[in-house]
Amino acid sequence: MYPEEFQYTKDHEWIRVDGDTGTIGITDHAQKELGDIVYVELPKSGDAVTAAETFGTVESVKAVSEIYSPVSGEVTAVNNQLQEHPELLNSDPHAAAWLIRVHLSDPQEVQKLMSSEQYEKYIREGESQ
Amino acid sequence: MATPAESGPKRTALYSIHKEAGARMTEFGGWEMPIEYTGITQEHLAVRTRAGLFDVSHMGEITVRGPKALAFLQSITCNDVARLSNRQAQYSALMFPNGCAIDDCVVHRMDANDYFICVNAANTDKDFEWLVEHNSAGAELENASSRYSQLAVQGPRAAAILSKVTGLDLASIRTYWFSPAECCGVAGILARTGYTGEDGFEFYFAPEHSTHVWNALLEAGKDDGLQPAGLGARNTLRLEAGYALYGHELDENTTLLEANLGWICKLEKGEFLGRDPLLKQRQEGVRKKLVGFEMAEPGIARDGYPVWIDDQKAGLVTSGSPAPFLKKNIGLAYVPAEAAQPGYEITIEIRNRQARARQVILPFYRRPK
Repeated sequence: MYPEEFQYTKDHEWIRVDGDTGTIGITDHAQKELGDIVYVELPKSGDAVTAAETFGTVESVKAVSEIYSPVSGEVTAVNNQLQEHPELLNSDPHAAAWLIRVHLSDPQEVQKLMSSEQYEKYIREGESQ
Repeated sequence: MATPAESGPKRTALYSIHKEAGARMTEFGGWEMPIEYTGITQEHLAVRTRAGLFDVSHMGEITVRGPKALAFLQSITCNDVARLSNRQAQYSALMFPNGCAIDDCVVHRMDANDYFICVNAANTDKDFEWLVEHNSAGAELENASSRYSQLAVQGPRAAAILSKVTGLDLASIRTYWFSPAECCGVAGILARTGYTGEDGFEFYFAPEHSTHVWNALLEAGKDDGLQPAGLGARNTLRLEAGYALYGHELDENTTLLEANLGWICKLEKGEFLGRDPLLKQRQEGVRKKLVGFEMAEPGIARDGYPVWIDDQKAGLVTSGSPAPFLKKNIGLAYVPAEAAQPGYEITIEIRNRQARARQVILPFYRRPK
């Protein structure tokens, strides 16, 4: 359900790390909570991101939701499809609707994140409250 | 109609039905209500193209009866109650002395000595207390809210659907008229009123029949595509139609003239609470005005975002959202009166940037004739 090769944050972002590059997105749980996504605000290539700080927003009809970066680094790519097709975040949050790619300034930060198993447990516990 | 969840928010009689239908619930005005079932956008479009079914049982009903009913209502509301015929309703407001509203409402006349007012859920108790306090005329007042469930069927197919489950000749009921009627075999009041900008009806009836009526309506509307719709769609629908929401476009510091509701203020009807400040304001002009706008560049204006004009913070967004049918991002805002005109550019402060918007003539959406 949640890709094993990703790591996860408590705010429902995922990151796939390849060496010192990370691809970041929001999880399926996040898109379900948000409902129909209508708008996405993302940084530009060259912008800095900082672990646990917001780098953009995802908006549904009803609400604005901040997205928090799992890691620190520099944005190297932004998924431009999402301007025209924000609904991709609902239909394919783990693949086609990746948000940004980042050059990691501190690859060790990834160790603080959750594995897919830990994330699934985290969601289950949240839902039972 | 209230079934308290221990000491938490109130619930309508249909709470479990909504949960079973997979509704995402939210707290609104002291009530736990369905925000959406299948999705706000989908529900909104269903209402605009077919029909939606809303549980609006959280709304309040206050009855005003007796030989002093008319005099009392005239004194405490801004619209002219004397214009109503039997079984006719009017959009109105319950007044503060300063020309602002304690709530907006729909006043219904059953007959000369028998009226009821439909008021907002969040304000019901406060409204009733206010009416009691100002009842020097001696009308008979009752907060009858717990005796009514209310369901709304809204959309171009609403009349066709309801005609399957009522003997009432719906063609004989014009907009803002109503009648006692049986619907789905249950006695109640069927009113051609609503908050969506579409044709539609609101049915008031005893709460013990709620589940039956809800299910019977969905069954009757199956072939016409009737589906449940929640408060999320209710809000986007009323916004497209340019309708005020108390607490946003209206509050105790905003006069009815500022809110573009001069059309329900019948200042010539005689004395009423708040009339003098409105007369004065009509003479001198308003300082702020409610305007409609649509975004002129990417971005969504939200409730509470500042409005900038000529490089200064000058106003406030009262309601802002994507408009699912119009496929634009729209909003209502208060701006200084001199800046209130279509074409006059404004910007909306969306978090850390300024986004351009253009003022438009209201309503954003008008249903096809």
